[in-house]
Amino acid sequence: MNREIKRVSIVVLAMFLALFVSTSIIQVGAADSLNADARNSRTLYASYQVQRGSILVAGQPVAESVPSKDTYNYQREYPQGPLYSAVTGFFPISGAPTGIEGSMNSELSGTSNDDFIDQLQNLVTGHHPQGNSVELTIDPVAQQAAYDALGSQQGSVVVLQPKTGRILAMVSKPDFDPNTLAVHNVTQVDATYQKLLKADGDPLINKTINELNPPGSTFKPVVLSAALESGNYTLSSQMPNPSSFTLPGTSTVIHNDSLTSCGAGSTVSLETALILSCNIPYAELAIKLGSQAIKAQAQKYGFNTSFSVPMHASASQYPGYSDQAKLAMSGFGQADDTATALQMAMNAAAISNGGTVMQPNLVESVVTPDLQVRETFNPTTFGRATSETTADSVAQTMVKDVSEGVASNARIDGVQVGGKTGTAQNGTNDPYTLWFTGFAPANDPQFAIAVVVDNGGGLGQRGDGNSVAAPIAKKVLEAVLGK
Amino acid sequence: MTAPTSSTTAVSSRPGAATAPLRRIRLPKKLRNLELGLLIFACAINAIAVVLVELGALGHLDFTLVFLGAGLSVLVFAMHIVMRYLAPDADPFVLPIATVLNGIGIAEIYRIDIANHDSGWESAAVRQIVWTAIAVLCAIAVIVFIRNHRVLQRYTYVFGFSALVLLLLPMLPVIGKNINGARVWIGIGPFSFQPGEIAKIALAIFFAGYLVQSRDSLSMVGKKFLGIRFPRLRDLGPILVLWIVSMAVIVFQHDLGTGLLYFGLFLVMLYVATARVGWVVIGLVLFVGGALIASRVLDYVQGRFQNWLNPFSDHVYNATGGSYQLVQGLFGLAHGGLLGTGLGQGYPTVTPLAESDYIIASLGEELGLIGLFAILCLYLLFVSRGLRVGFAGQDDFGKLLSVGLAFAVALQVFIVIGGITRVIPLTGLTTPFLAAGGSSLVANWIIVALLLRLSDTVRNQPRLVVS
Repeated sequence: MNREIKRVSIVVLAMFLALFVSTSIIQVGAADSLNADARNSRTLYASYQVQRGSILVAGQPVAESVPSKDTYNYQREYPQGPLYSAVTGFFPISGAPTGIEGSMNSELSGTSNDDFIDQLQNLVTGHHPQGNSVELTIDPVAQQAAYDALGSQQGSVVVLQPKTGRILAMVSKPDFDPNTLAVHNVTQVDATYQKLLKADGDPLINKTINELNPPGSTFKPVVLSAALESGNYTLSSQMPNPSSFTLPGTSTVIHNDSLTSCGAGSTVSLETALILSCNIPYAELAIKLGSQAIKAQAQKYGFNTSFSVPMHASASQYPGYSDQAKLAMSGFGQADDTATALQMAMNAAAISNGGTVMQPNLVESVVTPDLQVRETFNPTTFGRATSETTADSVAQTMVKDVSEGVASNARIDGVQVGGKTGTAQNGTNDPYTLWFTGFAPANDPQFAIAVVVDNGGGLGQRGDGNSVAAPIAKKVLEAVLGK
Repeated sequence: MTAPTSSTTAVSSRPGAATAPLRRIRLPKKLRNLELGLLIFACAINAIAVVLVELGALGHLDFTLVFLGAGLSVLVFAMHIVMRYLAPDADPFVLPIATVLNGIGIAEIYRIDIANHDSGWESAAVRQIVWTAIAVLCAIAVIVFIRNHRVLQRYTYVFGFSALVLLLLPMLPVIGKNINGARVWIGIGPFSFQPGEIAKIALAIFFAGYLVQSRDSLSMVGKKFLGIRFPRLRDLGPILVLWIVSMAVIVFQHDLGTGLLYFGLFLVMLYVATARVGWVVIGLVLFVGGALIASRVLDYVQGRFQNWLNPFSDHVYNATGGSYQLVQGLFGLAHGGLLGTGLGQGYPTVTPLAESDYIIASLGEELGLIGLFAILCLYLLFVSRGLRVGFAGQDDFGKLLSVGLAFAVALQVFIVIGGITRVIPLTGLTTPFLAAGGSSLVANWIIVALLLRLSDTVRNQPRLVVS
């Protein structure tokens, strides 16, 4: 009988050996892949053990984690939720964070590789790690003014500091309240998220950087830049001035907005054509310059490049045209030209900044929990779009556009404002996209701005850039200039 | 080896007169002193575990549970003192191992209570402590009233009949209760009990008694085939009956684990009694065949197999009765990793039934692989002490019974932890000593008492022949 008991003992040993092996495989061998499984809520809970850093605007938190009594230990709060929703994004308990919450996630959660030494220390000392705070470049006055000025319109406003590329305001409407997506109830978060996903006007999309619209007439300064840079044109170069123009190779006839010729003469200067925002001279100019020249100029301003601000900003498009009709249309920002509000603000900034394009950026610095500045984001140059002379010429033309031209609604007493309006067509019967892009003060540019109003500002095809978008820009500039 | 089927007093009549005084000189207290030392160590570990849980999960100390735990320690020490008088030569490791496993279980259950904000009678830990007290008292009663294990052999068929009744109880209309899809409970008022746990012991006693009687006919005759001797057809009766009982448990009570446990237990005891591999082959063929048919016919068995084979497929994971629990348990274990999160620092409550069926996943999360290895080693040591009694035993009934009881614990550990770690399909059995559940505690502490009694008898007997 003992021989049999011995054999049973061996079987028992084998059974336990199997358990030793299986637990080892799960807890050590496969642990990393199990921990990385999206359905593993423990990994998420563990991330909540960390007091996530704050997102700061002028030293005040616009997103912060406060202790809570539940499993998650901390509740993410957005004190001025809707005002900063495009900037902060949201940090949900299920799913990926967006906005700065997403793009600066490793810094905020304290899990970036830079924090490795801290993590080791925490392992030894038993301290819970704490995330870093992120200070933004946002100017609260500009942000509030832009938010108020845009009102209930669907669209976006971006304000840049021309010399540095700092983003001073970033407003996208309709907005949302990130607090509703930060509650500790997955079902509730999912319901809110689905509702926002289906809501009119796509509140979850940051329109300043991720909505592409035809830029319309706001693209004309780019074409003018290309012309001046070529050396073959000056501001006073004359273009034929018909009251209608048949696009080459088609029977399509285009007009100026006035449905007449651009001013009285049989020719019109490039300067006057911009000030009066005439389409025909710029269509003619585009054909003369050719697709390559305009595309090269547009790319120097930042078209066809996506930026990280550090959120991903979509690339504005100037694709280049072999079709002459489309090329002509592209001269006034139609055809397949598209741009984000950010890009058009960058254009205005570069023009006012002597032709130098700065990298747009939203993060001022990263601050450790013990209040040491870990990282500052110094202004970096994207490149030179034009010579200083060209930039100054275009800038002066834009100033005249406001002071004596069709962008009259952006005039501010005592301040020289440069600007360009745009009234872009989408489809035959679709409402226009209304633009304003500009800078102020012209003699010492502190602010560059782009305003986009979607859906024709509720006026269908009756509104235009000057009547809808320019007053919004005016209000924002007045606020930041202290007027 | 011969089979002394009758309980003669041959032991004391042979060189007994000479050995009795010798035993006293041999300082039998040595074993008990070792046990006392280990018990103090075990109780210290348990107290530290509870304190760590409170510091980890509550952030401060709450002495209520420490006092309750101290009460339990007193009870265990009482059992130790009883044994000093009534079972002085019993194995010194069994009681401390049971104590420390029981204590760690209470600490982890308490930890889950804290996460669930349960207190008072809502608290599973408080109920577990009360059940432990009852279980230890039962164990003491067994030590006190069963002075010689061979008494049990006299009631072989009484135990067999009791086992059957206990198994059938949950099927009765009024008191039978269906919990989590398995009909293995009886409920009287607020109390519920799993009679199958006690039936396990009754069955082991019955098997031991029955096999000692009939092993000759079961092992001597039969044809040889492929080098293995197979029994005659008419001797297949007992194994078929057991197979039918196990299958009935699976089919009617929806309890795959218990079916496997009973059948495995019978098979091993049959093999040890008859030394015929043929029985094991027949048994395995029967069981695997039955399980395969069940996996096709019974939805719940089919589901268990699906969960086992493809737990991570979204379809299986999201299904009702799907692999959610299994996968969450695996996530918990992985989250614990090598070192564990520390008691009170993990998220065991994410997994359903974290305090009962999934206590091992909870412990693995918080104590890590190192902690699980320690627990597995404790079980292995416990089982090996039981098997050791089987080796050293003088009478076949005692040998069979101790092997049976030890193997029952080993098999149960294997079925539960193997199910959680995907060695075998998951079945709902309790982890001995650790999991929340009164019936399981009472049954396992009775096993402790029986093994102690058996080991005491073994050492009590002069070793004239050690084969």
